[in-house]
Amino acid sequence: MHEFGIAESLLNTALETAARAEASKIEQVNLRIGLLAGVVEEALTFAFEALSEDTPAQGARLVIEPIPVTCYCETCAAFFEPPRGSYRCPTCQAPSRSVKSGRELQLISIEVS
Amino acid sequence: MCDHCGCSTPSSPHSHSHAHERAHTHSQDRGHHHHHDRDEERRTIALHQSLMAKNDRLAEQNRGFFKGRGTLALNIVSSPGSGKTAILEATLRALQDDYKMATIVGDLATDNDAARLRATGAPSIQITTGTVCHLDAHMIQHAIEDLGRAPLDLLFIENVGNLVCPAGFDLGEDVRVVVTSVTEGEDKPQKYPSIFQNADIVLVNKIDLAEAVGYDRKRALEILRNAAPGALILELSARTGAGLDAWYNLLRARIRAKVGTEARH
Repeated sequence: MHEFGIAESLLNTALETAARAEASKIEQVNLRIGLLAGVVEEALTFAFEALSEDTPAQGARLVIEPIPVTCYCETCAAFFEPPRGSYRCPTCQAPSRSVKSGRELQLISIEVS
Repeated sequence: MCDHCGCSTPSSPHSHSHAHERAHTHSQDRGHHHHHDRDEERRTIALHQSLMAKNDRLAEQNRGFFKGRGTLALNIVSSPGSGKTAILEATLRALQDDYKMATIVGDLATDNDAARLRATGAPSIQITTGTVCHLDAHMIQHAIEDLGRAPLDLLFIENVGNLVCPAGFDLGEDVRVVVTSVTEGEDKPQKYPSIFQNADIVLVNKIDLAEAVGYDRKRALEILRNAAPGALILELSARTGAGLDAWYNLLRARIRAKVGTEARH
């Protein structure tokens, strides 16, 4: 349940940002989360709802854009989307350690009123 | 625990006086201008920041600290019961004449593991995380303070037994070790891709039980090589001692490499 810690950090940043902008309510929070980030959307939403109660973020919608895993193959000088559980290049079969996307845990923006 | 930690029990401030406040809308409020017209305008505020930024910053500080002291730090992750503590007990005993070593152990409750490790003579700091399912860079920072200023060649950080949550938290370690055991089956790496993907070393423990549990070694290694590209894979048994020498030699080589690199600076 590390989603609680993440939700807490998310909420704090959103509340500080909204307060600085003199907004009274946070309507929506936009996130990008990589498929390798190990975050369960339902758990994050649940935690955020629980923590944001009685704050200007209460009722805010969490909109999560999932980011696929992309690896880079040095041999083929090409990016590829690995199938789950394997990081082999589909062209040359060489294993790639270089994950270019998929671990993101980013707060993109908040929408306030 | 200080308030920098994103992991402690959330301290959500709670006010129970709403009903009371609502009951008191007196005439003196009438002149008060509510900025509703302006407030209801919806605006987007761009942030583009990582939610792990704080942890990553603290992890970099830890990394700098380890570098400055010439300490090789290992973050050891696994599912519960795969044998992290048993491997560390054997390691601390085997290398105690050669290196100054310490451990930091994370568990939800009890300090049983730290007590076992302390019995080897090496200092061991227990971090009891309560409900938190992983260690983070901030907890490590405090544990390092508790270890004091004595010289340290090797620091083993035994993470909370969990193959999901520790994956996203950089602790500032040099080497990430994933321990798995033959009794867990061959396909753990497929089920937990995030933690295996950036493993530097994978230790396959309890290899003495492979036959008894029908462990398909060929299939397991194939899965591991796909899921943990670039990781060194060592099969061993903390109980019988099989394969441990290769692990110790790997640690020696990594310490030499690290100290050699630091010395040149």
